[in-house]
Amino acid sequence: MRPQSPSIPEKEFTYEALKQSLRLDGRGPLEIRTPTITFGPELGWVECTLGKTRVVAYVDAKMVKPPPERPFEGTITIHSEISPMASVDYELGRPSEEEVTMIRMLDKVLRRSDAIDKESLCILAGQRVWHLRLTVHCLADAGNMLDCACLAGIVAFKHFRRSEVEVIGDDVIVHAPEERAPVPLAIHHTPFCVTFAFFPDPTTRPVVDPSLLEQKLSAGAMSIALNAQREICVLHKAGGVPTAPDEILRLLNVAVGIAKDLDKLVEARLREDWAERKVEVR
Amino acid sequence: MASIVVPGEHVPAQHVNLKLGPGLLQLSAHRAQPPNSHLIISTRAGQLDHSANKSRWWVECNARRYVPASQESVIGIVLGRSGDGWRVDIGSGHPALLDGLAFEGATRRSKPNLKVRCQSVSHLSNQSVLQVGALVYARVSLAHKDMEPELECFDAQTHKAEGFGELSGGFVMQCSLRMSRLLLDPKHFLLPFLGSRFPLEVAVGMNGRTWISAKGVKQTIAVVRCIEAVDPDGAGMEEGDLKKLFNRLEI
Repeated sequence: MRPQSPSIPEKEFTYEALKQSLRLDGRGPLEIRTPTITFGPELGWVECTLGKTRVVAYVDAKMVKPPPERPFEGTITIHSEISPMASVDYELGRPSEEEVTMIRMLDKVLRRSDAIDKESLCILAGQRVWHLRLTVHCLADAGNMLDCACLAGIVAFKHFRRSEVEVIGDDVIVHAPEERAPVPLAIHHTPFCVTFAFFPDPTTRPVVDPSLLEQKLSAGAMSIALNAQREICVLHKAGGVPTAPDEILRLLNVAVGIAKDLDKLVEARLREDWAERKVEVR
Repeated sequence: MASIVVPGEHVPAQHVNLKLGPGLLQLSAHRAQPPNSHLIISTRAGQLDHSANKSRWWVECNARRYVPASQESVIGIVLGRSGDGWRVDIGSGHPALLDGLAFEGATRRSKPNLKVRCQSVSHLSNQSVLQVGALVYARVSLAHKDMEPELECFDAQTHKAEGFGELSGGFVMQCSLRMSRLLLDPKHFLLPFLGSRFPLEVAVGMNGRTWISAKGVKQTIAVVRCIEAVDPDGAGMEEGDLKKLFNRLEI
């Protein structure tokens, strides 16, 4: 058994520090930890870290027969695994409430926000479509695993490339990557998730990207998924802390700024990685 | 001499008065071997080290999970009462037991008086008001691999508190076990350096928890950030870099 809540001195100190707008890692209240994105040798394998929080996401694709009610659309499934490796708070086979919330948020942000064009995954109507499978592994939890998992997931989709296929009549020819360059997925927009933590003391301002301690001591959280074009995909507020509309609008503006920065960072990292992968053929 | 060992490796430790430290295990004497020779193997991966006269041997490694060992001082969080004592989380696989009598001035005979007395005597106040979530600085008195570890808050010989007891105020941080051993090393630069800049109180537990109490919130945060920066599990900063980081912090 683990202590459910942090010890009394930790709690008192953190509240006192937050009241003075100080955070233990030296960040400002509305400052996120700088994410790092590492790509694996395969396309669609991404490791993402936020401080000591670490998530690996990878995408693979296979061909399946589409369900009869949606013959023109490919399918996307998200598998997330939060093992006790991430933190001792997690147990295998018994997802806690917060894990369930995280899994559902991942599904909302990555799949139901229609970021990926499903119709472009159709190969032969009613016969063959691509089935994309995103697997998210949480390796270490140092707070705010949701944002890290969402970032890893969307970057994995952006990084992934599927094999080129050719349809002649009813025959489907799959071209190996050596034969024809694999094609990227059609992605409409890139949603990023930004989480704010609210504290029981009403005079303490909310903080963005909470650390594990802040997350455990918070009274509520608000996760906003939005893209750099200021379009909100999901707004999820948990915990029931009363918040004024003005405050939510202020936090939304903060989230927009963060999403723009994240978008720039992701694009830059993807370009860098793509430049490294180029092989000159003479 | 620095040699790396892996678990199960044979260690050439031989001495008339041999003392084995963490990470080493003596196998029961093998029949084929002469009776006074020992077969020592390592149980951890790490760097094999020994004292100058080769009588003490241990394996130096880094870990995040604490395995209790007898006579080590640890910082625990009170989980709840159990019988006469408290259940305390010390970061190990099982919660440890802290007996209600394992405090300075507490004996079985004077125990009923103690509860009355402790309202007036301040240093005994930990007897009655250890709440759930309180921090205690204690020593592991019993660490058997098949039993729950036990803690005590006094020196068993002198029955004096010797600094053990409840830690109130301040902040407790988690670092790697290697870092907590470095902090306990009197030759390590970090704590003397921080102590020369501002007054602070520190209690280092061998279980990777460090309690810090300084005057202001900013100073406590500065200590936490310096320890995290020096932690070999994190940034692993050297003395020069740390001083630069320290000067950048606003205190």
